[in-house]
Amino acid sequence: MGLTGSSTGRRARDHRTPARILPPQGGRVIALAGNPNVGKSTVFNGLTGMKQHTGNWPGKTVAVAQGRLTLGGQEQVLVDLPGTYSLFAHSAEEEVARDFLCFGDPDAVVVVCDATCLERNLNLVLQTLEISPRVLVCVNLMDEARRKAIRISPERLSRRLGVPVVGISARSRADLRRVMQALEALPGESLSPCQVRYPAPVEQAAARLQAALQAYDLRRLSPRWLALRMLERDAALEDGLRRYLGRDILSDAGLREALAQVLPELEAQGYGPDRLRDAMVSALVGTAEEIAAEAVCRGACGYSDHDRRLDRILTSRRTGYPLMLLLLLAVFFLTISVSNIPSGWLSALFGLAEEWLTARFAALGAPAWLHGLLVTGMFRTLGWVVSVMLPPMAIFFPLFTLLEDCGYLPRIAYNLDRPFRCCNACGKQALTMCMGFGCNAAGVVGCRIIDSPRERLLAVLTNSFVPCNGRLPALISVISMFLVGAADGLAGSALSALLLTGVILLGVLMTFAATKLLSVTLLRGLPSSFTLELPPYRPPQVGRVIVRSIFDRTAFVLARAAAVALPAGMLLWIMANVTLEGASLLHRCAAFLDPFARLMGLDGVILIAFILGLPANEIVIPIILMGYLSESGLTEAAGLTEMRALFVANGWTWATAVCVMLFFLLHWPCSTTLLTVRKETGSWKWTALAAALPTAAGILLCMAFTAIVGLFT
Amino acid sequence: MNQQLSSLDSIRPGERAVVRRLTVGGSMRRRFLDIGLVENTAVECLGRSPGGDPSAYLIRGAVIAIRARDCRGVLVAPVREGTSWA
Repeated sequence: MGLTGSSTGRRARDHRTPARILPPQGGRVIALAGNPNVGKSTVFNGLTGMKQHTGNWPGKTVAVAQGRLTLGGQEQVLVDLPGTYSLFAHSAEEEVARDFLCFGDPDAVVVVCDATCLERNLNLVLQTLEISPRVLVCVNLMDEARRKAIRISPERLSRRLGVPVVGISARSRADLRRVMQALEALPGESLSPCQVRYPAPVEQAAARLQAALQAYDLRRLSPRWLALRMLERDAALEDGLRRYLGRDILSDAGLREALAQVLPELEAQGYGPDRLRDAMVSALVGTAEEIAAEAVCRGACGYSDHDRRLDRILTSRRTGYPLMLLLLLAVFFLTISVSNIPSGWLSALFGLAEEWLTARFAALGAPAWLHGLLVTGMFRTLGWVVSVMLPPMAIFFPLFTLLEDCGYLPRIAYNLDRPFRCCNACGKQALTMCMGFGCNAAGVVGCRIIDSPRERLLAVLTNSFVPCNGRLPALISVISMFLVGAADGLAGSALSALLLTGVILLGVLMTFAATKLLSVTLLRGLPSSFTLELPPYRPPQVGRVIVRSIFDRTAFVLARAAAVALPAGMLLWIMANVTLEGASLLHRCAAFLDPFARLMGLDGVILIAFILGLPANEIVIPIILMGYLSESGLTEAAGLTEMRALFVANGWTWATAVCVMLFFLLHWPCSTTLLTVRKETGSWKWTALAAALPTAAGILLCMAFTAIVGLFT
Repeated sequence: MNQQLSSLDSIRPGERAVVRRLTVGGSMRRRFLDIGLVENTAVECLGRSPGGDPSAYLIRGAVIAIRARDCRGVLVAPVREGTSWA
C-alpha cells in the first residue's frame, strides 16, 4: 500500500519514461539500484529525508522517484530505480533500471545489497560494474545478518570487487552518514572494477566487436558492455541507444559487418542465442558465488530456522487459511474496539466548536444564510468526516503497515495464488488487492508488479472490489449502528469485527468472481508463469511505522477527504435550503432518484450521497446525515446513538443497513482511483469498465437482496 | 555419471536436489536464470501453499515460490539423505 501524496494522483510519475535528470548546477546525479526488497527505499528516504513508503515485499518501487541530498555543500540528485534482480531487461522495471543506468548519465551508482542474501545480490552488482565503474556498494541489513550468524567482510568484498563497499543497517543514522562520506569520496573514473570472465569464445568475439566500436564516440558507455549486448542480439536496446548517441550506430555498415562475421563463428563454436545467454548468466552466477565464498562467512542460511517455523505455520495446508482470517479479524477487532473512544471525544469537541462558532456569528450579527453555509454546511460536514473517519483510519493503517513491514503480505500472495490461478490470474494480484485495503488508487498503481499485461489489467479492473480505507470506517459505523444491536463493549466490537470480516470476504469473493468473469470474456487467456520471492520475516519498526502511517498516509487521506467535504458540505447546504416551488432542491433530487433507490433497498438521499461522494468515499455518511438533518429540521446528531435514531426516523431498517453496506462495498471507485486507472491503462474504455463492473454488481446484489427480503416480510 | 533425472515439482517438501538442466525456453528460462537456477545449483523444497500449488523452494539463500507447471521445465537430480551437503 504505497500510499502517499507522491504515489497517487497527479504526482505519480510514469515509470516508462525515465527522462534524463538534470542535476543542480555543479551537482551530480546518483542512481540507487538494488534487488527488490533489500531496503533500497529505506536508504533513499534516509539519504534524502523523503517519505517514500517502504514495505517488506518485492516490487515496492514501481515508479522512478527522485530526491535531493547535500554532499560536501553541493546539492545532488538521488534517483531511486525499481528493484531488479538483473539488468537483462526482461520486465518493465528491469528495462527502466537498465535504461537509466546506461542512458540516464548517472555520475555514480549506489547498489544496495541484502547482507543475508549477498550472493544473489552480487549478480546485479557485477552487471552494474559492466556498465559503469563509478559504483558504491552498500551492503544493507548487516544487523539482521549478524542475528543470523552471517559475517561479511566489506574490506574483502571491496578488494575483490574493485569498488568501495560499506556495510550498513539503513535504519541507523550513523550508517547513513558513512554512506554519504563514501559517496563524497567516490572517485570519478579511476576505479578498476572486477569484470566477469566469460568462456573464451565469447570473450574473443566481444573483443573483436569492441575493436570495431572504437571508431565511434560512445560517450560514457562501456564498449565491452555494448559489445556483449550486441552478441546477445539485445533488441530492447536499440531505441535507447539511438536516442543517447544521437545516431543509429547499430545499423552502421562497419558494425553490422563485424557482427555478421562474429555471430556465425560463435554459433559454430556451440554458442547459439540460448546457449550464449546461459553461458553469460552461469559466468555471472559463478563469479558471484566465488566472491561470496571469499567475503561471507555464514554460520547459517539467510532463511533461518525461525523463518522456517513461521512459514510452516503461516502457509501450511491446515493452518494457512484459518490464520489469515484470524489475523484479518484481529486487525478489525482492534480497529473497532479502540476507535470508538476517540471518535466520541472528537465529535464532542467538534460539537463544542460549533456552538462557539454559532455564538460568534450571532455576536457579530452575521446573516443566517452565512452561518448556515459556513457552520451548518461546511464546518459540520468537516466535523463528521474527521470524527467518524479519522480514528479507524489512524488505527487500521498502522496495524496493516505492521503486517506489511514484517513480511506477511507475500505469504498472502503465496497462499492465494491457487485460487487466483483458477481465475486465470496471477498470485501477485493478492498483493495489489491488499494494497487496495489502504487505497484503491495505490492498489491500481501497484498492479505494475504484475508482468503479464492481461493479468495486470485483470488486477486493475477488479481492485475496487475490496473496500479502501475510506470505505472501511463507513462500513464500521453502519455495522455498529444497526447490526450489532444491544451487544456493547468488547462483545459488540468482536461481533462488529466478525461482520466486517464477512463483508471483506464477500469483497474478496467478488474479486475472484469478477476476475473469472473477465478472464473468460473480455480478457481471455491462460495464466502466465510467475515466480514470487518470500522475503525473510523482519521485526517491524513499530515506532517508525506508527509515525509514518499516521503523519503521512492518514494525514494525506484525511486532508483529501476534508478538501472534498468542505465544498460538498456547502453544496449540500445550498441544495437543502434553496427552494423551488415549495420544495428544496435536495428534496427534489432525492424524490427523483427515490423510486430507483427503493428497488435497491436504499432511498433517494442515500443515492445522492453516493453520487456526491464520488471524489471521496469518506464523505458519503456525512452527506446522508446532512440530508436527513436538513429535511427533518433537527440540528444535533453527535454520537452513534443519535445518528441511529435519525436514520431510523428516516425509515432505515437492518435491511437498509445491509443494502448500504453492499453498495459501499460495490459501487464506482472514487474519482482519484478512476483517474489512476485511466493513467495506468491509457484508455477511457477500461476506465469506464472499472467503474461499471463493481456498480453493476452492487446494483444487482442490492436488488436481489431487497427482493428476497420483500418475499419474507 | 548417469543419474536418474526428475523434474523439480516431483521434489517433496523437505527433500533436496541439484539442478542439472533447464528445458524451458523464453521468458521463464530467463526468470529462472535471474534467480540463480543454473546448473549445479542446490535446491530445497520447503513446502507447498495451502492450495497445494505453488511450492516454496530455497534457492541460493532466498525463498522463491514457483508453480508446479513451471517447475516441470527444471530437471534435477535428487540428493539422497545422508549424502554430504555443501
